[in-house]
Amino acid sequence: MMNLTQITNGEIDELISLIRHNYGYDFGDYARASFQRRVLRCMDQAGIRSFFDLKYELTNDQTFFNWFLQNLTVNVTEMFRDPMFYKSLRTTIIPILASYPTIKIWHAGCATGEEVLSMAILLQEAGLLERSRLYGTDLNPANLERARQGIVPMQYMKDYTYNYIQSGGKNDFSTYYTARYDHAIFNKELRRNIVFSQHNLVTDQVFNEFQLVCCRNVLIYFNRQLQNQVCRLLTDSLAPLGYLAIGMKESLIFTDVRQQFDVTDSVCRIYRRKT
Amino acid sequence: MAPFDIIAIGGSAGSIPIVSELLEALPSTFQYAVIIVLHRLRNVYSEMNRVLTTSDKGTYVHEPDDKEVIQPNSIYLAPQNYHLLIEADRCFSLDYSELVNYSRPSIDVTFESLASVYGSRVLAVLLSGANDDGALGMEAILSNGGQAIVQDPATAAYAAMPRAALERNPTALVLSPDGIIKFLSITT
Repeated sequence: MMNLTQITNGEIDELISLIRHNYGYDFGDYARASFQRRVLRCMDQAGIRSFFDLKYELTNDQTFFNWFLQNLTVNVTEMFRDPMFYKSLRTTIIPILASYPTIKIWHAGCATGEEVLSMAILLQEAGLLERSRLYGTDLNPANLERARQGIVPMQYMKDYTYNYIQSGGKNDFSTYYTARYDHAIFNKELRRNIVFSQHNLVTDQVFNEFQLVCCRNVLIYFNRQLQNQVCRLLTDSLAPLGYLAIGMKESLIFTDVRQQFDVTDSVCRIYRRKT
Repeated sequence: MAPFDIIAIGGSAGSIPIVSELLEALPSTFQYAVIIVLHRLRNVYSEMNRVLTTSDKGTYVHEPDDKEVIQPNSIYLAPQNYHLLIEADRCFSLDYSELVNYSRPSIDVTFESLASVYGSRVLAVLLSGANDDGALGMEAILSNGGQAIVQDPATAAYAAMPRAALERNPTALVLSPDGIIKFLSITT
């Protein structure tokens, strides 16, 4: 990335307040280091040389803002990222979820939905997909549009197949999708109990009660204060004895909710709400 | 007072044996933090931090969690499959965005972030590797007043990375692995 365009901390503040005022998205408590990097990356991609030009475009061009929002947030995701996490779900968590008449799972900040699809595969293989409801939410409408299509670029399928096998998958992974040109379309039956909808972890509230909430590698983009606030929202969205899964390098240590959880898997960062 | 708050070591193919030697050579009383960024496989369970930890000298290598505060006299290894950034209040921030130079963690990303937070208080060390990651980051560190050492390409198992860094940063100090070890062993 170009590191020659510089942008000051004060300009970042100004940008955040412009976006909040004009469009209602609040990036004030996002982690500054990565947020600043994203802003510079967007400017570089759009060929915008100065902060003034950036403000001008954001103020006057809604289409540009939509593009900016899509690229400002990190939308990278993988199927079966951290295979040992999925293995832990298979062996430890899913057998317990099986005791519920209806299993409700929330993927908070799901980007383009690859982790939701991975979960659907686990539930299918455990014979539980029929009575499961999976909710994938993201603040970014373009991500959700892609997620609903169930389409994944073919170039990643080799990695995903490897991850799937490492996670303890026993089937032929290719039975879950149809290859079309350079894309893989995941089977409709797999996606029948998934709902994708817009939800902003910073400004929106609890909308249901879940047995499992997955919010992996989302908290890293927030500062400590916002991490704390979001963790409270995630905790309030869990049924008693429900599970919370965060990224393998994320931690509840800095949050107020840490005492409300028992550690189920310390390596894979799976926690169980006490009551 | 120590001349640096941070020594950042970037390495790729062919660098791991040298990183081990450098860590062993650190004086036990060093007051800076060491941050190591290595190109590693993703989605493979890795115990690289244990590989680099030498029990006899107590050089404990730790993969930080997100938002962990950087402490002096500590050695950190960038976790696999994340970029490692540094916040203004001197804690780590992890980032799972697109690969940079085909890499995550990318050395450029960490070096650039260190340059903006630590200014002249950073020493960057770039070792053997097969792509050009680290060259831009080293430029950022030098232009913010920090210092830089590049492994002599003639001594590197893969010369492309040190060579690219030198092309971009001709003022960086060029040293053999032994030279780097000597430099670090007298820096507390």
